Amino acid sequence: MKPEELNTPHDPTWCPACGNFGIWVALKKALTELKLDPDEVAISYGIGCSGNENNFVKTYAFHSLHGRAVPPAAGIKFANDALTVIAVSGDGDAYGEGGNHFIHACKNNYDITYLVHDNQMYSLTTGQASPTSEKGMKTKTTPSGIIEDPINPISLALAANATFVAKGFSGKADHLAELIKKAIQHKGFALVDILQNCVTFNKLNTFQFFNKRVYDMNKEGHKTNNKQKAYEMASEWGERIPIGIFYKEEKPSYNSSLPQTADAPLVKHELGKVDLTPNFEGLA
Amino acid sequence: MSIKPTVNDLNWKIAGEAGYGIKSVGLMFSKICTRGGLQIFDYSEYPSLVRGGHNTYQVNVGEDEKFAPKALVSLLVALNQDTIDFHRDELEEGGGLVYDNEDKEIDVSSLDAKKYNLFPIPLTKLAEDAGGKKVMRNSVALGASVGLISYDFELLKSVIEDAFKKKGDEIVNMNIKIAEAGYKHAKDNFDVGKFPFQLKAVKGPKRMVLTANEAIALGAIQAGCKFMSAYPMTPASSILHYMAANQEKHNLVVKQTEDELSAMTMALGANFAGVRSFTCTSGGGFSLMVEALGLSGITETPMVIAEVMRPGPATGLPTWTEQGDLRFLIHAAQGEFPRIVIAPGDAREAFYGTHHAFNLAEKYQMPVFVLSDKFISESYKSEEFFDTTKLKIERGEMMTDTQLKKVKEYKRYKFTDTGVSPRSIPGQKDGVYNANSDEHDEFGYSVEDAENRVRMVEKRAAKLEEAAKDLPEPILYGLEKADITLIAWGSTKGPILEAMKLCERDKLKVNLLHVMYAFPFPTERVNEVIKNAKDVVIVENNSTAQLGSLIREFTGHDIEKKLLKYSGRQFYPNEIHEYVSDILSK
Repeated sequence: MKPEELNTPHDPTWCPACGNFGIWVALKKALTELKLDPDEVAISYGIGCSGNENNFVKTYAFHSLHGRAVPPAAGIKFANDALTVIAVSGDGDAYGEGGNHFIHACKNNYDITYLVHDNQMYSLTTGQASPTSEKGMKTKTTPSGIIEDPINPISLALAANATFVAKGFSGKADHLAELIKKAIQHKGFALVDILQNCVTFNKLNTFQFFNKRVYDMNKEGHKTNNKQKAYEMASEWGERIPIGIFYKEEKPSYNSSLPQTADAPLVKHELGKVDLTPNFEGLA
Repeated sequence: MSIKPTVNDLNWKIAGEAGYGIKSVGLMFSKICTRGGLQIFDYSEYPSLVRGGHNTYQVNVGEDEKFAPKALVSLLVALNQDTIDFHRDELEEGGGLVYDNEDKEIDVSSLDAKKYNLFPIPLTKLAEDAGGKKVMRNSVALGASVGLISYDFELLKSVIEDAFKKKGDEIVNMNIKIAEAGYKHAKDNFDVGKFPFQLKAVKGPKRMVLTANEAIALGAIQAGCKFMSAYPMTPASSILHYMAANQEKHNLVVKQTEDELSAMTMALGANFAGVRSFTCTSGGGFSLMVEALGLSGITETPMVIAEVMRPGPATGLPTWTEQGDLRFLIHAAQGEFPRIVIAPGDAREAFYGTHHAFNLAEKYQMPVFVLSDKFISESYKSEEFFDTTKLKIERGEMMTDTQLKKVKEYKRYKFTDTGVSPRSIPGQKDGVYNANSDEHDEFGYSVEDAENRVRMVEKRAAKLEEAAKDLPEPILYGLEKADITLIAWGSTKGPILEAMKLCERDKLKVNLLHVMYAFPFPTERVNEVIKNAKDVVIVENNSTAQLGSLIREFTGHDIEKKLLKYSGRQFYPNEIHEYVSDILSK
């Protein structure tokens, strides 16, 4: 299969040169290279420019509510752990409105992949501060500049015991596609926080801003099995910004720990075979 | 005192502080009655605390079916002074009081020994002498109660054996010994045959003792529910507990989520992926799920929600009861989309109603509520084993693999006469679609054109009209022709049926129209009954007569007579009986 075969009749509606294009390309590339059948892939989308991708990728799609990309993804995986399940969010969606779900998905280690389009901005709502917007940034809701420091998604995921924590950049689509592939192949919850530019509303964190700063941390020798080191790398943000896999740990996923689905996914269980007599007896 | 002795018409009550084991012996009393062929309805009150506060448990028992608790108490067990102070006025003439006469804090001087039977029993001492701790005096009191009413100790023994068998023979035997100490003390020290309230085992079918919450869980399991995600909230939590305890037995998965937003959307994800899934909560938790109700509506993803009401708003009265959320569920979430509300009146209806809810949710691809309340969801009732032989699983229109293969371009939201479009399940070949929270075209892609919008709104609305044809009508209980017709929904059914027994005794002609399938509103049947009724009274456990307002909205009838209770307590049958008697005596 070719990546183009994952296109739908609808062309992307993002602004020209939006970072979402790079992520879109990388996602299709990853799915294609992993030879995944689109019928076997389900993607749960949040709300935002990232969530609008639901119209542009031809797999099973569940376009959820703002902040709620992760719980339906977990539900789909519970129902059918044979599927490849991905959740797609923006930074406001993932770390603001959906913050609680994000933390608990890390903790629960659901066997799903979480792609967060992190442009440090609320863009579909035309330019307000997001949880990852930089301190001092002026936006429509912070005309005098943001007072507080941003959330660091990588440290947050590490603290919540996520088992796969990575960062990519929309401008390095091949590198990103590799990260997405590894995230999908990881048995457990995999976060890929994806730096992207918003050409319309974020005039600070532009394509050029990222392009000259990002470097492949794994190529420079970062090992993925050291959590302490991962925390250190997570806070590097300045002249150089690391991308790649910060941390990876093999641990039984929530789904693989369920005896109820060891033989067959829930969706394959035959219905109508229930015998409640022992329950009735137990209540007598 | 010359009270006519009665056999098998008894109201037993035990009360004390939380932590005294009130609930555990209360449920045991219900079980021993039921195992003796008798029928019970029990009821407990407790504050939202783990220790302290005042807890009560009462069991209304007799040979006929019991639908509600009774206000007058025949045998009261007081584990502290509060019990005497709070409940002394509930004792009927000739009624008995069991208390610990060695407990210096207990003073029974306020009770007239000529009017009531006082049973001083050294509860703590007997527990300790039998090798137990003070806290086990509840078992002594239970044993003594069984002795005082001349009931069969063997039945109590069997219930204790079942309750403690997991803890080993030693614990079982000690508990039996302690209960027996109370039983013997009663027999040895009082002329028990003279106590006017006696209980005798009768022959009868085998029955369970269960709450509507357990019935909801059983209905879900029977319906093939394979996934549940929920967040604990009183008084819905016992549904979650029962499901969790049955995970491995029935091969289903239960996930306690981080919040209700997640509970509801996770279950939606599982339903989207083809697995029958549900959630449970109370009104406060459902407030958080509201956004996802609309998501179920527009994506046409089946969803079953058990909402167990408690008095609101906000935290309200967490451990008490009210029927305050009917209108809330009918209108919840922005926009216009269909949903079904089923409000069972007892555990039996909760079981069949929940099973039906799963079928309806999939047939009409919409959210379906099972709406209960603390009163029936935490009160135990004896019920014969549910008949599951006629229950069928109807999954509604689903695309088969062969059908999908034949279709060139599968339209998940295809316009049809009924509004229902056959759905595919992720993993099915050629069934890919977009379950889209944005307004969408027949494929599921976001589109904003006016004509499509109109057709989609009408498509979703059409499903409700179809579903309405599929719902059972309200049931008329009692006489076909009556002087007063009571109209009610949900849990008020029980107290009304008990009140009707009192009306029948007094030769008052009263019947009940019970609306279990409350939405879509059964306009035709309700209209017909009201038109033919001599006089109509609305009975609701809320302050605004929510069903009454629906009746006015859909039938045009404005029912003036309303019996409403919103104290956080359910109706007692005598309150309804008195209201009706007053009207008919005018």
